[in-house]
Amino acid sequence: MGDVTLTIDGRQVTVPEGTSVLEAAAQAGVNIPSLCYLKDINEIGSCRVCVVEIEGARALAASCVTPAANGMVVHTNTKRVREARRAVLELIISNHPFECLTCVRSGSCELQDLAEAMGIREIRFEGEKAQHAVDESTPSIVRDPDKCILCRRCVSVCEKVQGVSALGLAGRGFDSVVSPAAELPLNDVACALCGQCVLVCPTGALSEVDSTGAVWEALGDPSKHVVVQTAPAIRVALGEEFGAVPGSIVTGQMVAALRALGFDKVFDTNFTADLTILEEGNELLKRLSEGGKLPMITSCSPGWIKFIEHFYPDMLEHLSTCKSPQQMFGALAKTYYAEKAGIDPKDIFVVSIMPCTAKKFECTRPEMRSSGYQDVDAVLTTRELARMLREIGADPTELEPEEFDAPLGIGTGAAVIFGATGGVMEAALRTVYEVVTEKELESVDFTDVRGFEGIKEAEVDLDGTVVRVAVAHGLGNARKLLDMVKSGEASYEFIEIMACPGGCIGGGGQPIGTNTERRLERIEGIYEADKALPLRKSHENPAVKALYEEFLGEPLGEKSHELLHTHYTPRGRWHWSK
Amino acid sequence: MSMGCCESKCAGDITSEQWALVDEIIAKYKGQRGILIPCLHEVQEAVGYLPLEVQERVAAGLDVPLADVYSVVTFYALFSTTPIGKHQVGICMGTACYVRGGDKVLEKVEEVLGIKAGETTDDRLFSIQVMRCIGACGLGPVMTVDDDIYARIKPDRVAEVLAKYS
Repeated sequence: MGDVTLTIDGRQVTVPEGTSVLEAAAQAGVNIPSLCYLKDINEIGSCRVCVVEIEGARALAASCVTPAANGMVVHTNTKRVREARRAVLELIISNHPFECLTCVRSGSCELQDLAEAMGIREIRFEGEKAQHAVDESTPSIVRDPDKCILCRRCVSVCEKVQGVSALGLAGRGFDSVVSPAAELPLNDVACALCGQCVLVCPTGALSEVDSTGAVWEALGDPSKHVVVQTAPAIRVALGEEFGAVPGSIVTGQMVAALRALGFDKVFDTNFTADLTILEEGNELLKRLSEGGKLPMITSCSPGWIKFIEHFYPDMLEHLSTCKSPQQMFGALAKTYYAEKAGIDPKDIFVVSIMPCTAKKFECTRPEMRSSGYQDVDAVLTTRELARMLREIGADPTELEPEEFDAPLGIGTGAAVIFGATGGVMEAALRTVYEVVTEKELESVDFTDVRGFEGIKEAEVDLDGTVVRVAVAHGLGNARKLLDMVKSGEASYEFIEIMACPGGCIGGGGQPIGTNTERRLERIEGIYEADKALPLRKSHENPAVKALYEEFLGEPLGEKSHELLHTHYTPRGRWHWSK
Repeated sequence: MSMGCCESKCAGDITSEQWALVDEIIAKYKGQRGILIPCLHEVQEAVGYLPLEVQERVAAGLDVPLADVYSVVTFYALFSTTPIGKHQVGICMGTACYVRGGDKVLEKVEEVLGIKAGETTDDRLFSIQVMRCIGACGLGPVMTVDDDIYARIKPDRVAEVLAKYS
């Protein structure tokens, strides 16, 4: 394919054939307002906000779906274009609730931003407004279809990126509604609860289930000892909520901010990420030596777990039996830590800060009560933590860094990289290699499993035994990889899967505005944070060593089995979620 | 929630012969692209309507997400998620038929059958469908029963026409 040259607002620009007028304009330095458009994911021209005037064309054209052509002369700011754009926006808003002040997306709403930018001061059209019930059926995601503008970004991301298709467009005309299949509650369809739909929603139609109230209540309850754990991916994303450059590492400031909120102890999920490596690494070695089910697949990502339970229930034996680091933490906080600190576990309230909406579901799973109580009491997304901090006027980027509390706050670089695609694999390899070969790694960097490619493969030589590994991120890629394994087209011993594109740093609980560029910047932050730590291998974590000596005994031992391992539940593919 | 879910949960009226036919139709289309609409069309002809169970069977059989099947079924007026009667009574509400009294004909049909447009009688004998212009404006108001066309129909003839069908 060749190039085409066109003129946009008097500027000449040359772009590859097939480029949309909207993208060509961006290259020419002309920003055309748009709403439903989401590069590479949702390019359907449904909202008509991006209309432009093309000389010689009778009607205005949606620039996001109009291919640039040689000699085309485009105008983006004529009276006709401005009037059409305003009319389109007014029509959309005429069927939108005026709840901006109390909406969770106030301040981060693309419709609000556009209305402001276009100077909309009144709505000329008055008519019927769609009325649908709010869907609060899941522990993770809330759907408020009345705030939906039918842009279909959520439908596209769920289908094209995640390969789940939990959402679709139902009905026709004014009755159109984005909904789960058959207009069932979201909890009754095969949804991974990954929250990628929430990340791309331009309005407040999709959001996380808010747990800030429960956390405020616990923090205010003098009888509760409230501890918090932070997932690796939070430290490279929280800053964005306060205007920091994407990828900024704000670990210490985040700790300070959590203390400012009133948490009794600020711990780190990295501690149990390291622990996961010891349990999972030994599980892999056991499966390899005893002829267990291979390939073994990681089990840290609860969206991935729900996905495989729905779509590949016959492959559950491939999953590592290890709980996720979040759940290992909860189980230990209410046993090991409770004992050590002399606190009755019933008085301990465990909060997790997670980049994830599916974690909210995970902590409510019936298996996750090994301590005798719900092991993790509440999960906050990065966004919810930011909201709580804004409420008390604490901007972490302005705070002096502080240290995590010991011992559950001690982690290595291997744990930090759990936040990025390939990180769990790399952390496991760092440990498995040294355990098997009894040799020290010359370089701890397994770069083959890093990066943004959908499916990555590598071979690792463990003193003569070659272990074939694969890494997939995003459930669409996970599906491809599983199909390859199922058909025998590919063969591995160990697979890492994370539900979200880029891994946890691109999770459904991360700041609104998450896109590929930001994901890459956060991944860079993750590897920088790893490099900066003195310890970069999980088996060198002194707190984890002490945990085994004082409490667990050995990896895969009886206590580990009881507290740190779990089982899975085959679920229906279509609906009736039980 | 709208149509579809509650009715179709209790679609226990589909016979095993009909299910076999559904599977046969799905098998015929399986693996081809862009065949969801013709497949659903044939399945609806075999079963009479497309309750959720049937949509699920089609989705699983063709390996198409249920959300997509449901989307197509609820978009096209051709598809119905509620049972359709043995005889389809259509009343044209195109402009010409309407001004010539199509609405009065519809009212009468609804009165005689005891159901509203879009519904099916309990004995599954009749259902009523409102049609947009069927291109027979000179004959308006037009009523159809299956493939029979009744031109310049008057409300007081409706009962007599319907009585012919059993």
